[in-house]
Amino acid sequence: MTRRAILSVLIENEPGALSRVVGLFSQRGYNIETLSVAPTDDETLSRLTMISEGDDATIEQIIKQLYKIVEVVKVQDLAEIDSIEREIMLIKVRATTGDLRAEIKRTVDIFRAQVVDVTPETYTVQVVGPEDKLRAFIASMGDAKILEVVRSGATGIARGTRVLSV
Amino acid sequence: MTEHLSGGDMLIRALQDEGVEYIFGYPGGTALHIYDAIFRQQHIDHILVRHEQAATHMADGYARSTGKPGVVLVTSGPGATNAVTGIATAYMDSIPMVVISGQVPLAMIGSDAFQETDMVGVSRPIVKHSFMVRDCKDIPEIVAKAFHIATTGRPGPVVIDVPKDTTDPAITAPYIRPESVKMRSYNPAVRGNGRQIRKAARALVAARRPVIYSGGGVIQGEASAELTSLARQLNVPVTNTLMGLGAYPAEDRQFLGMLGMHGTYEANMAMHEADLVFAVGARFDDRVTNDPAQFCPEASVVHIDIDPASIAKIVPVDVPIVGDVKSVLTDLLAEVALLLEKEPRSADVLNSWWSRIDVWREKNGLNHDLKPEPGKRILPQLAIQTLYKVTEGKAYVSSDVGQHQMFAAQYYKFAEPRRWINSGGLGTMGFGLPSAMGVQIAHPNETVACVTGEGSFMMNMQELSTCLQYKFPIKIMALNNQALGMVKQWQDMQYGGRHASSTYSDSLPDFKTIAEAFGHVGLRVDRVEDLEPAVREMFDPKNKDRLVLLDVWVDPEEHVYPMSIKGGSMADMVLAKAGEGKE
Ligand SMILES: Cc1ncc(C[n+]2csc(CCOP(=O)(O)OP(=O)(O)O)c2C)c(N)n1
Ligand SMILES: [Mg+2]
Repeated sequence: MTRRAILSVLIENEPGALSRVVGLFSQRGYNIETLSVAPTDDETLSRLTMISEGDDATIEQIIKQLYKIVEVVKVQDLAEIDSIEREIMLIKVRATTGDLRAEIKRTVDIFRAQVVDVTPETYTVQVVGPEDKLRAFIASMGDAKILEVVRSGATGIARGTRVLSV
Repeated sequence: MTEHLSGGDMLIRALQDEGVEYIFGYPGGTALHIYDAIFRQQHIDHILVRHEQAATHMADGYARSTGKPGVVLVTSGPGATNAVTGIATAYMDSIPMVVISGQVPLAMIGSDAFQETDMVGVSRPIVKHSFMVRDCKDIPEIVAKAFHIATTGRPGPVVIDVPKDTTDPAITAPYIRPESVKMRSYNPAVRGNGRQIRKAARALVAARRPVIYSGGGVIQGEASAELTSLARQLNVPVTNTLMGLGAYPAEDRQFLGMLGMHGTYEANMAMHEADLVFAVGARFDDRVTNDPAQFCPEASVVHIDIDPASIAKIVPVDVPIVGDVKSVLTDLLAEVALLLEKEPRSADVLNSWWSRIDVWREKNGLNHDLKPEPGKRILPQLAIQTLYKVTEGKAYVSSDVGQHQMFAAQYYKFAEPRRWINSGGLGTMGFGLPSAMGVQIAHPNETVACVTGEGSFMMNMQELSTCLQYKFPIKIMALNNQALGMVKQWQDMQYGGRHASSTYSDSLPDFKTIAEAFGHVGLRVDRVEDLEPAVREMFDPKNKDRLVLLDVWVDPEEHVYPMSIKGGSMADMVLAKAGEGKE
């Protein structure tokens, strides 16, 4: 049974560390669907979030292999705990007619998204949420012509008092 | 008072502080400051090889035979890339090694400068870790970390890439050796979990068809004595992997021989029929398990390993124990003693299991009618048996890769760990001679034999020159079947005997003359009645200080058996040519 894992990884903020993590996935044939990485409040650490898919044994192997990378400090699968997953999507759609504009605006409101840029021909919408919400938004665009989609890759955090730290 | 040293001097001082005796290497532009630092000191000897690959294998042989990390120094670009095969070899077999590569100056990195190769990038998938020096003052800490990482947990090679300007003799910094190495992200497990150990002990005592399956981890982890006690305490049969040979004395009654693709009939059958597979420091390699889905259908599995990622990677494990094998086995021995005290078990609980094993043993899969009858061609197995006899089983034996390697593993009965030196994981042809050199330099008064094939030998035979320079009295037995024998065997068995690019009998050099041209003793034998005298000649006291190469012309038709049948279980083996005795 394959399942989705949201791997949240704390790594030493050192040159080469990220390439070791990414290299591991291609080297061992694990898939990465999304990857996002940025520094944390502790400047010696970066936090990586990766979405991967596999059966339980594969995901267990991925986590073990991640821990073998010397710069990896902590790994947690957020899909296994009560957690919040968020991703930003910027989507540019053709909005040439008044009808279209109104309909897009309605959908934007339903999804609690935002129009962040407007031209006579286009709307650029920012949608924030877990992956299924982003997919639902794309699907709901219906007749509107989608010109471009940019996604940040997911990030996530545990709910409640639980924290991932060193 | 802290000393101020240049980066080059600091590097060598740091190696000295790590207890390094030898550096195996080859110079070039970006490494010259370091070479000059070596020249100006007396504590560490540099061994100049003839090809960087050999430097890595030499460091590897040194490490395998001593347990200490091997140290390599190469220049940037081609020097570094030539070292790659040896690094990969060490990585696959978890050998502690520190490889220092020169690099172009920091400011030139990324400019496609002369002899620039991204060594950290190239080596990334085949190292345990790597560092690039960015400031000479960091060198003491980087070296300390490199040795710590290379030698602890599951050992492995570590690369330190050193841009030339960080070793500039004109720039100095205080040399401060870190007192200890602490890394929040690197803390390998040592002690095994007590509950799991108790579980494992109970399983082992309760098993009625147990097998201990031990690998290279027992040798790396110096746990051979503990393993042997455990096996003897409970009268459990033991099989070793190719990497684990010597961890349990091969002539012992409880030893079933090597398991796996070319393992003994009894070892593979015992695994297949076992009710408990007790794996220690082994990694369920595909050359052992055959089809994992058909692996040991009736067994529960205990797996002890320092590397959590090795556990349950290939087959499901019932009792996983992560920890240093020596520490875990010590705890386990105590636990077993306690159990036996509470509930003594009769000495004969495993009798029926042993009688089944004895029946498998009678198949005698390794007996290929090896009588040296005049007129018959020399069988390669007989050559190894003769080597074993003449050296009284006491030699360090390195091997290359191919049929000769399997024959050496099958017929040389290793009594002690760290005596059998071979590239098991990567299967690197060309490993034999340079690794033997590393063994010899670490053990100058011991007999070191290298079992090679003519194909493998030609991959690093330039090292005969190094052997003369440093007077390594290695005894090379080349099993010359005038072919890439192992490839040819597969072609015989799976490709209708079509020998695509596996033979070259019309263009082989005379190896006796080659040995002589390099200043050594060359011998050649092709009649079976001359075999033993020729092997005795190799080891004759008059050749004690000489390298001797014996070119043994063996039967080129010979195959390695037993051989497991691809896609089957461990019980599926071919025992002899043309499917005779096939199970
Ligand atoms: C560097 C390298 N290239 C190719 C192979 C594939 N290979 C495995 S065994 C073998 C033949 C080895 O020939 P030889 O050294 O003469 O040994 P033999 O099998 O004849 O005893 C080859 C080509 C390898 N293991 N290593
Ligand atoms: Mg050959």
